[in-house]
Amino acid sequence: MEKTKYLVVGSSHAALEAVTAIRMHDPEGSLTLLTRDPHLPYSPTVLPYVVSGRSAPDGIFLRDEKFFADHHVQLKRGTALKALHVERNAAELADGNEIAYEKILLATGASPAIPPIPGIDTVSYHVLRTLDDATKLNAAIKQSKQAVVLGAGLVGMHAAENLVKVGAGVTVVEMAKQLTDGYFDQVAAQLIEKAFTDNGARILTGSRVVKLAPSAIGTTLTLENGTTLEADLLLVATGVRPNMDYLAGSRVEHDKGILVSDSMQTSVANVWSAGDCAQARGFFTDAKVMNAILPDAAEQGRIAGMAMAGDPGLKTYPGGVPLNTYHFFGRHAISVGSSKVPEGAEVVTRFDEASGRYLKAIFKDGCLLGIYGVNEFFDAGVMCQLILRRIDLSAMKQRFLAEPMKVGREIMSKTWR
Amino acid sequence: MANFGGAYNTIAFDANKCDGCGDCMTACATAKVGVGDTARSRIQIVGSESDGFELALCRQCGDPKCVTVCPAAALTKNFASGVIEWDGAKCVDCLLCTIGCAYAGIALDAGTGHVAKCDACDGAPACVPACPHEALTYVTTSRIYNEVGDWEDLFAPGLAGCQGCNTELLMRHTLRRVGPETVLATPPGCVPGMGSVGFNGTTGTKIPVFHPLLTNTAAMLAGIKRQYKRVGREVNALAIAGDGGASDVGFQSLSGAAERNEQILFMVVDNEGYMNTGMQRSSCTPYGAWTSTTPIGKGSGGMPSQGKTQDAKNLPLIMVNHRCEYVATASTAYMEDLYDKLDKAIQASKRGFAYLHVYSPCTTGWRFPTDQNMEVARKAVETNFVMLWEYNPKDGLEFTRPVDDPLPVTEYLKAMGRFRHLSPDQISHIQGKVVENLAFVKQMAHRQSA
Repeated sequence: MEKTKYLVVGSSHAALEAVTAIRMHDPEGSLTLLTRDPHLPYSPTVLPYVVSGRSAPDGIFLRDEKFFADHHVQLKRGTALKALHVERNAAELADGNEIAYEKILLATGASPAIPPIPGIDTVSYHVLRTLDDATKLNAAIKQSKQAVVLGAGLVGMHAAENLVKVGAGVTVVEMAKQLTDGYFDQVAAQLIEKAFTDNGARILTGSRVVKLAPSAIGTTLTLENGTTLEADLLLVATGVRPNMDYLAGSRVEHDKGILVSDSMQTSVANVWSAGDCAQARGFFTDAKVMNAILPDAAEQGRIAGMAMAGDPGLKTYPGGVPLNTYHFFGRHAISVGSSKVPEGAEVVTRFDEASGRYLKAIFKDGCLLGIYGVNEFFDAGVMCQLILRRIDLSAMKQRFLAEPMKVGREIMSKTWR
Repeated sequence: MANFGGAYNTIAFDANKCDGCGDCMTACATAKVGVGDTARSRIQIVGSESDGFELALCRQCGDPKCVTVCPAAALTKNFASGVIEWDGAKCVDCLLCTIGCAYAGIALDAGTGHVAKCDACDGAPACVPACPHEALTYVTTSRIYNEVGDWEDLFAPGLAGCQGCNTELLMRHTLRRVGPETVLATPPGCVPGMGSVGFNGTTGTKIPVFHPLLTNTAAMLAGIKRQYKRVGREVNALAIAGDGGASDVGFQSLSGAAERNEQILFMVVDNEGYMNTGMQRSSCTPYGAWTSTTPIGKGSGGMPSQGKTQDAKNLPLIMVNHRCEYVATASTAYMEDLYDKLDKAIQASKRGFAYLHVYSPCTTGWRFPTDQNMEVARKAVETNFVMLWEYNPKDGLEFTRPVDDPLPVTEYLKAMGRFRHLSPDQISHIQGKVVENLAFVKQMAHRQSA
């Protein structure tokens, strides 16, 4: 049986950061990177731009073969992890082979969650999580005249924008009352919605699809209120679920995701997890949460790698902070921190209708909990530090709200430069 | 992941010199986007007159977060230049890099809709020469660090120096540079005290080293060099001596070797006293300085004791008057300059006598905190208390780091305890001497080049 000291499963940000962190401390220990994807490592976040044609499919790779060779990493592509046998420290692969490991990182990411809509198995639809999904969708949107996107999260909205830009009629169907729910508040969502409707898209929020059936051009969707929609292209973008089926029968504790400690260790010795499949402590709550965002995946991956290699420089996870940026029709929206407003918190907003500039900040006890902007640029990384460091902004709150970028940088230069 | 432990050139900022004028931002925006709109500059001055100014500027991190969170592989660390490079063809304008950076080093340029960051202008940053106050400097000493790091360290790994002593730096750098084909002479003083002559019958260097008397260092070294020449072997003959061993009892031997143009390199580590034996004054100790033999107190005969009452001898100028192959002054606060001179001195010592005088602050004897050695060395130069120049018979004397706008000498004096007692009269005497010495050396530089 093949043996390796470190087995990293997955090939996106969490896995790659873990590889870097391991190699910082242990340049020689045998390291194998296993991924179900046949391609070199890439980020799911870039895929909407492959769909739009902006990113060339061969220009998105985060590492090349040489990187793995130079760092003595054995790269196994196109082979999924099938089952984890923690009692004997072995990973069973989809191709029937087994790899014995000393330490394993589960950074297996997530897959599209397919809603249990009656008839969904009778129609053909697109999803967007892998490069192959993206190249297929890229080809399909060029043919589409009338498309329906299920789900108004960032993946769905990106795809809808691309469809609008190629001239297709687009309808976005979202169960929640607003689009980009969980990322942006109602005001920001309305600004985003207006940009879409101005460009000819239809947005149906608070709508549920109750039936799907094949039709002459593709699919007929029936909504809860009886309306029907015809789609020659259907994209299901209603969220993701962590890839962790391989844990069946193992002792590794999991809930919505794989439960991990502040050093990304699971309930089983020698097993770590990071990224979109991990469920770690939130910064604003001690409960373990899913925070499936890129910066957090990178952070968790680094922590896991350092812990696996025994790097004494390890600093434990401060807890996940939601962080999102979204670019739409030449405008941008940034969200940093909590979207929930706890008791006793103060919410301040300013909105300039003419320029479409919107800013919202949530404070508690003088400290920033969250800040959101549409067309209002501020340094999200600096804002995140203000939150993580719980810096008291009481004395400068008005200035901060007027010029968050400038005041944020001033505090940075005095505090953590 | 490459070049671990390597160093890069970098834009350095001295907040104390910045008055927030914004000329750097205008220069950056002009260079990068063709207009002087400071909002579009990649270097941003933040803060205020009252709170002090700081920079928001890409730090070209060794382990950059912006790169790790870029989903499009548009940001890469160039391990040759150290610069984090942005590829506009790959960037998808997602702004995630601005989440990764905690230092506001990469931000949206509203003029283009893309992020923008400092790229160090391919090694000639436009902001640096635009600063009228020298608050920005482009530090290029990384070259030395990277080069020297690859050379063999010929000094013992441990040594017995005082904490904060920069003589270790000098010895390790000098020995690495001259290389293994060297014979080293270290007369009594701090250098053997730190371990050059070794312990228990073994040397503290990986090259032959000997311990001459204070009085005969140059003579013995000259003889050894001649013997090697006689047997046809090319070696560097190097002395590392203190100022006492060179300017006082060792002077006749030094002067004689220089007059005979012996092919040796004589380096003086000038810490302005006999620091190894208990901080006695030497002829290089400056006026007013406390030493154990020029104490502060009541004195005798109604004359209070206020430190040294004579001015220092200017030994390097005396060496110029030997018309040596090469004479230079140097400071460990200016390593590029020091290295340049060390290279020239080594070359000159193959033709004749080369003399290198290094001003070397002494944390113990001068009484300043152990982490302040470079700062004190720098202040000495910035106030013109010492001057950095070089001389050879063909080109004459030239300043290598002229200080046109010197700080008042009090900025130097107050950096250490040995001058704490000075009266206003003494300070004005020292300031007067600084002006006089500068005029003297300037005149010499002028005369030599004329």
